[in-house]
Amino acid sequence: MPAGFTAADFYYLLPELLLTAGALLVLVVDLLVPRRDSAVVGTAMATLAASTVAVLAFAGLDTTISAGLLAIDGFAAFFKVLFLLSAGITLLMSVPYLRVEGVRPGEYCFLILCATLGMMFMASGIDLITLFIGLETMAISFYILTGFLKPSRRSNEAAVKYFLLGAFSLGLLLYGMSLFYGVTGTTSLAGISEALAGTDGSLLLSLALILLGAGMGFKIAAVPFHMWAPDVYEGAPTPVTAFLSVGSKAASFAMLLRILLEGLPGLTADWQVFFWALAAVTMTVGNIAAITQSNIKRMLAYSSIAHAGYLLIGLVAASDRGVTAMMVYLWVYLFMQLGAFAILSMLRRKDVVGDELKDLSGLYFRQPAAAIAMLIFMLSLGGIPPTAGFMGKFWLFSAAIESGFIWLAVIGVVNSAISLYYYIRVVVFMWLKEETLGSPITISPAIATALVIAVVGSLLFGVYPQALFDQAQSATEMLGVSAPAAVLLQP
Amino acid sequence: MSNAADTPSLLSLILFTPLAGAIVLLFISKRQVDLIRWIANATVALGFFVSLPLWFLYDSANPDWQFVEQMEWIPSIGAQYFLGVDGFSVLLILLTTMMGVIAVLSSWNAIQTRVKEYYIFLLMLQTGMIGAFVALDFLLFFLFWEVMLVPMYFLIGIWGSDNRLYSAIKFFLFTLVGSVIMLLGILAVYFYHQDVTGVYTFDITQFQELNIPYDLQWWIFLAFFLGFAVKVPMFPFHTWLPDAHTDAPTAGSVILAAVLLKMGTYGFIRFSLPILPEATQAFVPAVVLLSIIGIVYGALVAMAQRDWKRLVAYSSVSHMGMVMLGMFALTPVGITGSIVQQLNHGISTGALFLLVGVVYERRHTRMIAEYGGLSKIMPVYAAIFLVMTMSSIGLPTLNGFIGEVLILQGIFVVSKTWAFFAASGIVLGAAYMLWLYQRTMFGTVDNPKNENLPDVSLREFATFAPLLLLAVWIGLYPKPFLDRLETSVDKVMMRVNADYTPRFAVAATGGVEEGADVRLPLVVDGTAPPGADVAGTPLIETPVRGGAR
Repeated sequence: MPAGFTAADFYYLLPELLLTAGALLVLVVDLLVPRRDSAVVGTAMATLAASTVAVLAFAGLDTTISAGLLAIDGFAAFFKVLFLLSAGITLLMSVPYLRVEGVRPGEYCFLILCATLGMMFMASGIDLITLFIGLETMAISFYILTGFLKPSRRSNEAAVKYFLLGAFSLGLLLYGMSLFYGVTGTTSLAGISEALAGTDGSLLLSLALILLGAGMGFKIAAVPFHMWAPDVYEGAPTPVTAFLSVGSKAASFAMLLRILLEGLPGLTADWQVFFWALAAVTMTVGNIAAITQSNIKRMLAYSSIAHAGYLLIGLVAASDRGVTAMMVYLWVYLFMQLGAFAILSMLRRKDVVGDELKDLSGLYFRQPAAAIAMLIFMLSLGGIPPTAGFMGKFWLFSAAIESGFIWLAVIGVVNSAISLYYYIRVVVFMWLKEETLGSPITISPAIATALVIAVVGSLLFGVYPQALFDQAQSATEMLGVSAPAAVLLQP
Repeated sequence: MSNAADTPSLLSLILFTPLAGAIVLLFISKRQVDLIRWIANATVALGFFVSLPLWFLYDSANPDWQFVEQMEWIPSIGAQYFLGVDGFSVLLILLTTMMGVIAVLSSWNAIQTRVKEYYIFLLMLQTGMIGAFVALDFLLFFLFWEVMLVPMYFLIGIWGSDNRLYSAIKFFLFTLVGSVIMLLGILAVYFYHQDVTGVYTFDITQFQELNIPYDLQWWIFLAFFLGFAVKVPMFPFHTWLPDAHTDAPTAGSVILAAVLLKMGTYGFIRFSLPILPEATQAFVPAVVLLSIIGIVYGALVAMAQRDWKRLVAYSSVSHMGMVMLGMFALTPVGITGSIVQQLNHGISTGALFLLVGVVYERRHTRMIAEYGGLSKIMPVYAAIFLVMTMSSIGLPTLNGFIGEVLILQGIFVVSKTWAFFAASGIVLGAAYMLWLYQRTMFGTVDNPKNENLPDVSLREFATFAPLLLLAVWIGLYPKPFLDRLETSVDKVMMRVNADYTPRFAVAATGGVEEGADVRLPLVVDGTAPPGADVAGTPLIETPVRGGAR
């Protein structure tokens, strides 16, 4: 392990450096350029594109840099592309939304890029400190973004709530991390794994694990650490909610996978039990709570909680297939979730907030294309073929069955059937309720682009998912998870 | 597989013709209603036309899968685009394409709102149904199986009557819960296959050769059962059906009755029986009990209905119970009868729903009490209704008779008690159908609104003509249908009964003596499945039927 930074480190950090430079440039453009709104968004988009190219250039590598603090591998690249794409789609849907809200995009774009930067370190980090700093960077950006609608009480309340609970959860996480440091004497994941090899779980380690699980549970909004999610999702500006539910969740899962699979493989049996219970409760509570919501943003918040539960199934399986399934699902989730939020952003007009179910009434008669897109997203979230959501769920449930967690798979499929009830209700409003509210709905080119990307992703990976599977599988191999035998299926 | 070489992608053509029509419709302006109707009708007509070669080119003597198409789909999980048919699926596909023509044609006047979307959903449904019948890859099958849900949901939810939203969501959720549980069963077979052979595949033909341990079979059977039984529907999973049928538009009811319900029975014969033979044996008592309850209960409830369409819907529950009973006799005759009766149910119940649709279009009520004496006003209608009533209750010379006789014959050798209940279902069926006929067609025309009802139009007659023709054809000369089923039934029988001597092999070796004894075994591979003898299926003697009928 080389000590200190070398020139090569900066070379491999190019995607992150580009993002940082681009974020600063956004602020400068915002200050200096006249008619700056489109210039600002353009700069931000260009930054994301440049960073994506740099990530893809390093995608084939498998190396550690910066004195073993960061890994440049396929796993990181897989997630970084996901973050950058979701940031891009978020910006696209933000353009018309911010205009209606009367918010200037300068600091907004800066914060989106900062959050993305934090996420990228969460995917790359292989040291508890790096991971934590990445998480902090992302979280602080989101606290501000949540409260970005200054005149809105809901937005302010959400930001304060998110900040307080977020800070509390980070405290728990940090406490857990410090316990691991106390036991092993190192913050490096590889070092922790080495130090724990051969030792049996102790009370201290269990406590550390629970604190770590609770801290990360907050971030992925798993029950019982989910209380903040509905309020924050409802109060935050819609595109921020979208980014929060996709980017932040994916980054937290990436970090969780890194810590558990690279740092704590020796404790697998312990954390499997913990996350088994978490997954079962999260799916069930999320879905049942979603049924009663009449606000779509709240409904999607609970649905996103439920999806965290589905994703945890892959973690519990703790196998190649399980991790691959999670990665596939996070990609699929990106398209369908961002797509749904793009529709909600589109519904925001001068006279309509656009986050109640009734605001969708008769959408099919006003904008049939948007209604069909929303139908696809809802079916995909519910896991109906031939949408990508089905393929994602298929992988997750198959991973559970392969690893012998039959009951978890049963809970999962029953939940996905329950979830259809509220997804279909959205469709009912769009198709079957004829009354329409508010001023005409226009699809701006930016929203249209976001929708096209989301629809293509949601359908393509449902009919022909092979390319995504290949990418996820090769990214999983980097983590070196061992495939377990299908114990329960033995005669 | 010589016919596959002659017609390389016949199945894909049949499968995607309706979808292509739906895509064309997407680009037509919704104001050009007549053009849309013409295109939809032309599409289903073309779809039927391209499916006809299946009837002529299918080789009944060849026990292999025919018209096979196979290519990679998702290599990393072993899923393939794998299509193929046997005699059973050939008949169901032809039923589907024919019913498609009838359903689309019958909607010409009935559907006046959102015409474009209506036909798009109907055509998508058509592709989903055909896909489920031709898929030989379990994942592909599941995909088509689920694809059917969404268009049907919309057909009921948008173009249905009174309680359409409730009925649509009920249909959707019932079927969905069943099928996601089934998915777990599919995955269990998938991983077991991988465990044994090291190969990840969803290939049904390979699954049908597996010998899954009994305990695992039992659970998988239960998972499959939930998926298929909801669709059939078997008592007590049938409660979605009366609502869905009653509220669906006519074409929706016709498709639902004629084809969608067959998905369940198709699933049992294609998957449950051959993949899980020992569990099938063990589940016989339970399935038989539920079937018998379904037969009697369905018939009694039908008798009490005041709503014409609901009556026909409950008669479906009763008839499908009969189909299940014949199947789970696990004798070749019983299974053959079960399949024939599936076709018959499609023909006669499909026609009965069309008939309700005809009067509903004129009077906008389905209450039986609103009608009476229609035979004087609509003689042609009354005649068609009479034939279809007779077909439904199994009068000789019509199709229903053949199916019922085969089923009764198949179960009689297994248990006389079962046969008694099956026969009682037929008697009750005659009672409620004839009573319905009497209340609506005979008597005096005491409701003035009925006095000027026009008789069936030429277009309406065209929807009935093929069904009438088939009812008589199957009733008088069922041999072409039975011939096509022989090898399919034999293959299933060989799986569920290790000692079964197949008829196609018989033909090859010059024949076995007529009436040679074959025991229906409970014992496979020397080990009795636990619970099987407790369940009390008797060891019975089944005469081999040597070719001739």
